[in-house]
Amino acid sequence: MSDAPVLELRDLNVSYRSDSGTARVVQDVNLDLAAGEFLGIVGESGSGKTQLLLAMLGLNGPGARLEGSVRFRGQELVGAGEQALARIRGARIAMVFQDPMTALNPYLTIGTQLTEGLRHHKGVRGAQARRRAIELLETVHIAEPARRFAQYPHELSGGMRQRVVIAMALICEPDVLLADEPTTALDVTVQAQILALLRELRSRTRAAMVLVTHDLGVVSEVADRVVVMYAGRIIEQARVETLFAQARHPYTEGLRRSVADLDAPLPERLPSIGGNPPNLASLPPGCAFAPRCQYAAQTCRTRQPPLALVGADHACACFHSGPLGRIAT
Amino acid sequence: MTPGTATAPTGRSQWQLSLQRLRRHRGALAALGVLGVIVVLALLVPLLSPYDYAVPDWDAIYQPPGAAHWFGTDSLGRDLLVRVMWGCRISLLVGVAASIVSVVIGVVWGTTAGFAGGAVDSLMMRFVDILYAVPFIPLVIVLTVLFGRDFLLVFVAIGAVSWLDIARIVRGQTLSLKNREFIEAARALGVPTPTMIVRHLVPNLLGLIIIYATLTIPTVILFEAFLSFLGLGVHAPLASLGSLVSDGALHLSSNAYLLTVPAIFLTVIICAFSYLGDGLRDALDPREEPR
Repeated sequence: MSDAPVLELRDLNVSYRSDSGTARVVQDVNLDLAAGEFLGIVGESGSGKTQLLLAMLGLNGPGARLEGSVRFRGQELVGAGEQALARIRGARIAMVFQDPMTALNPYLTIGTQLTEGLRHHKGVRGAQARRRAIELLETVHIAEPARRFAQYPHELSGGMRQRVVIAMALICEPDVLLADEPTTALDVTVQAQILALLRELRSRTRAAMVLVTHDLGVVSEVADRVVVMYAGRIIEQARVETLFAQARHPYTEGLRRSVADLDAPLPERLPSIGGNPPNLASLPPGCAFAPRCQYAAQTCRTRQPPLALVGADHACACFHSGPLGRIAT
Repeated sequence: MTPGTATAPTGRSQWQLSLQRLRRHRGALAALGVLGVIVVLALLVPLLSPYDYAVPDWDAIYQPPGAAHWFGTDSLGRDLLVRVMWGCRISLLVGVAASIVSVVIGVVWGTTAGFAGGAVDSLMMRFVDILYAVPFIPLVIVLTVLFGRDFLLVFVAIGAVSWLDIARIVRGQTLSLKNREFIEAARALGVPTPTMIVRHLVPNLLGLIIIYATLTIPTVILFEAFLSFLGLGVHAPLASLGSLVSDGALHLSSNAYLLTVPAIFLTVIICAFSYLGDGLRDALDPREEPR
């Protein structure tokens, strides 16, 4: 996958001004998304991962200030007009939302909502749109698609609704599919099915996918490459195998260790990362993770560690660039 | 409907579910029946009756209710049954038409303000606040003086105030719906704003709108009655329930039926609309358990 990236983010910053100061929710993000790539973005609540995703579509709230550049196939999206954005949204870059229970309009049939994108972007309507929608419902493995087409959201289960939402996003054959915690609202078995579906769709559609989640387990199952975010910054970025084999950032390592390994004997208590994520309106001058970091040194508290290459396809923003664990606590 | 067919193979919309709940609401059904009967009577009786609502009959002044005149006659010998039915026509017409006008204005105003947000929203809602502050009865009196007593004026006057509540409610609801994920999802699909309002917002507001429309109708009817009672309503030979009550009140001690008959119709109509509105609220907004 060496062709030109579909999506290029350069020095992207997203901030919100509030009474208690300016909250910089996304800071200095540089990211390339190759065609057909499956990228996972991991971080805890408030790490800026959803805001980063929304910035790729210009969907941040009215109070948001975007700086830097988001280019889709060379076209600049930051500062682009609503009309230009509307032409891209849904057609070229589509989004799957977190909660399938609220992402569908309760008063419209599945069919009406599914074909909405087709009507707007391609002018396809009527029987032709219906055929395409039913085809797509089959693609996302919904049984009896013709019947479901005429039904309303409340008549479908959560897993089915999420499949519908995914079908809705895919109907215009977008180049990029953004998924914001698509499995968080679902129970574990359904979650596995949806992940399997995403994996399958990715090989079928050639669309690049960006999956945002707080769950490392989810990422490990589907992604090629993982970006770890903390306090609005990318702190580590690597291929998924690399990240699991040798995480370089103490935060990533902490995340990884807080996932139970089902093959090994369970520890008494799962390790967790102490402390809380920082307030984005008053970030410390140095590394944002320093107050919670067991390796933190004096430099960490005063200077921002740059995101630097630490291996092939592996970048990390930490002054402790050596393998972790060498510094004893 | 048997339980077998109740789980229909094709989709049942929110509307169909609401209709089912409405069918189980006895009060609303009875109210709907009563209103239906009154509408039919109001339409048919003046057509079928040998009497005219406007032509005086000097040989039949103050006839008590009897075989010739079922509800009696008034001071000019006009048949009260026909006049009350005309009154129902006028009151219902004023009620429904003014409510539709006020709902349309209120919904357009409220959704626009709510959806636009920010300065536009503030400006539009302050305008509503100002209208709220206008003393209404003096305004109507001034309007009557300026334009003369006109049937249309009653509409305009009533419409001018009754949309304010709806605009506020619709705006509030729009604000909360605006941030729901399916609106966000529609935006992420590149759906333009007007389409978003019509397709995604209004259907979700419709239940609320219908409830308030049915609850606005009795208010408007009462208001029209009030204006007529003050002598600001419909023209003399024509009668609304309000003007009939007003006329009847003059004869309370001598011929009480002139007051009681239109008063009963007025009360029944208003109660029926209130019950209907109540039933619709339970049917369309079932979060609150019906009592």
